Amino acid sequence: MEQFFGAATTIVIGVGGCLLYFFLTNLLLDRIFPASGPDISRNINRANAIRPWLFLFPALVLLALYLVYPLFWSVYLSVMDANGREFVGLYNYQWMVSDPKFLESMRNNILWLIVVPAFSTFFGLVAAALTDRIRWGNFAKAMIFMPMAISFVGASVIWKFVYDFRPEGQNQIGLLNAIVEAFGGTPETWLTHEIVNSFLLMVVLIWIQTGFAMVILSAALRGIPEETVEAAILDGASPLQLFFKIKVPQIWGTILVVWTTITITVLKVFDIVLAMTNGQWGTQVLGNYMYDWLVRGQDSGRASAIAIVIMLLVLPIMIWNIRNARREMR
Amino acid sequence: MDNIVGQKSSLTWLVNLAAAALVLLWTIPTFGLLVSSFRDRDQILTSGWWQSLFPQEASVQYRAGAPDTAVQEGGLYVISGNVFDGVAAGEVSAFGINSRDPAAYPVGETVTTNDGYELTVNGDGSYRLTSATPFEGTRGERIFVTSTQAPSFTTENFVRVLNAEGLGRGFLNTLTVSIPATVIPILIAAFAAYALAWMDFPGRALLVAAVVGLLVVPLQLALIPLLQLHLKAGIGKSYLGIWLAHTAFGLPLAIYLLRNYMAGLPRDIIESARVDGATDFQIFLRIILPLSFPALASFAIFQFLWTWNDLLVALVFLGSTQDQLVMTGQLKELMGSRGGDWEILAASAFISIAVPLAVFFAMQKYLVRGLLAGSVK
Repeated sequence: MEQFFGAATTIVIGVGGCLLYFFLTNLLLDRIFPASGPDISRNINRANAIRPWLFLFPALVLLALYLVYPLFWSVYLSVMDANGREFVGLYNYQWMVSDPKFLESMRNNILWLIVVPAFSTFFGLVAAALTDRIRWGNFAKAMIFMPMAISFVGASVIWKFVYDFRPEGQNQIGLLNAIVEAFGGTPETWLTHEIVNSFLLMVVLIWIQTGFAMVILSAALRGIPEETVEAAILDGASPLQLFFKIKVPQIWGTILVVWTTITITVLKVFDIVLAMTNGQWGTQVLGNYMYDWLVRGQDSGRASAIAIVIMLLVLPIMIWNIRNARREMR
Repeated sequence: MDNIVGQKSSLTWLVNLAAAALVLLWTIPTFGLLVSSFRDRDQILTSGWWQSLFPQEASVQYRAGAPDTAVQEGGLYVISGNVFDGVAAGEVSAFGINSRDPAAYPVGETVTTNDGYELTVNGDGSYRLTSATPFEGTRGERIFVTSTQAPSFTTENFVRVLNAEGLGRGFLNTLTVSIPATVIPILIAAFAAYALAWMDFPGRALLVAAVVGLLVVPLQLALIPLLQLHLKAGIGKSYLGIWLAHTAFGLPLAIYLLRNYMAGLPRDIIESARVDGATDFQIFLRIILPLSFPALASFAIFQFLWTWNDLLVALVFLGSTQDQLVMTGQLKELMGSRGGDWEILAASAFISIAVPLAVFFAMQKYLVRGLLAGSVK
């Protein structure tokens, strides 16, 4: 109860405080530079120069403190020792390149980076194309989109159950092994099976991200000018040609956006690996490895160095996004 | 849109079929766990969830009442009872008297056992074992029955995880985290978005670009510095800390979404309000905020889903004591400690995903709208 009281108070203080802050500062500004009297035009100009910063102030403080400052502090920590006390230069980075677990994480992250965006986008495109043509399309979309609302941990439980293993001779209760057995194969403990297990973890993320890809691509497909489609049909294009030669090239930009957005998600992937294998059996990824060094290893130097690597991998996409956004702003 | 001239109708059924296959593939894993959360432990461990939807054939070995339970009925010694013994009742389809042929006889038939007794088993599971002489030995006769059991489900798992496994508490903790973390950033972001969309000042374009850049900063980078900051500031691992963290992490998306939306509002409205002497503060509160409701709703849903489903931030910024552990954290712990107890895992998972799913289905429209506006074009 106490904790709800705390939450309710926080909401009231947070929202009320915000309103009060904006109200009072604006009032103050109008008092200092009143829009009347002899200096009216100078006052208005001054007030207008200051007001934006009043509006921006709380957001800027939070962003600076919680996102910008950590960026630099992480770089600093990554050249310090485990407790952040002594300067060790590039030691943490040297350790990294010779650490087999880190190399394994890099290898896996690269695999994830190729497989997950590719399959999510592909399935998303197929799902968008199919569901736009059927009468129960909205229902189908909702079903494929649904995993987006499920937490990564929840999804891990769902899929771990699919991959469950019972020794041969017992009834398989995991769907995957039951199917394998039905086709005459031998059931396996899939999650300990190196290489295969990484792909099985990727399936979980593909399953979650396909809905996102579908929603965005479906909107893009609908935005295609109808004349181009009609012209192609009149020229006798088959449905497949129509799709791949007329429609897909026109939404190429959107496909790229979807791809990069999923790439960012993949780079940060953590929960799925932690919950399903905790990086054992060759499934480690950077996100989880960083957490491992932070919590189990208690080494802020190495953990920060790994975080910096993730940041460096995100950087190209970040720059690309910024350039696109600026172009859009004219 | 597509059904203009020339669409071949022969393709329609193929499209329907493919879509159906895709939908099945995407829903079956969730459905399987949902079904399992309503089955009891023994059922889950002995048969696949897909079998539970249909009547089950099961072979049961049963030992009839011991010889000393026999009663005398008109010169006959009789042992009677029910092979189901009150457990999950079903229907007997056949029975037998040895393990080699457990379904040798149809129900109702009277058979002579190896020991010379007469045995009848009925469809409802009741049996009657008779003998002209007293039964010998100390153990009852073995009866083999093939029974068909109707699908049976229970809500016991849910009751159990909510109370005994402490998930009820986790539910409250999750709620405590996500509600303030959803509400508070909205107003902060809205003011900032308005400034970025409708106010002229030097450095505006740079700030917008910075927000776009911050959208993709990996959380992992912020964890250690912020944890140290919180410990130093005396906030430590507390709800206040996680509210602040979630608020700040949600801001880039919030500002970006809202700015894009507000920038698209008609210029006339705002300018005529300015001409009428309204201040920016008034314009914002009276005009922009109400008009931006769809974008506010989109962001609120995103932020709610994100904070509710988050594991990483909760693990780092909250403790693991009972009054701070959120549901995703509990679920992760359960996967480690109760890995084989699928009845517990399934029920817990469904309790934790029920709220986001409800929000998802109720507010899908806003979620889609937000996604379309939020992906950097």
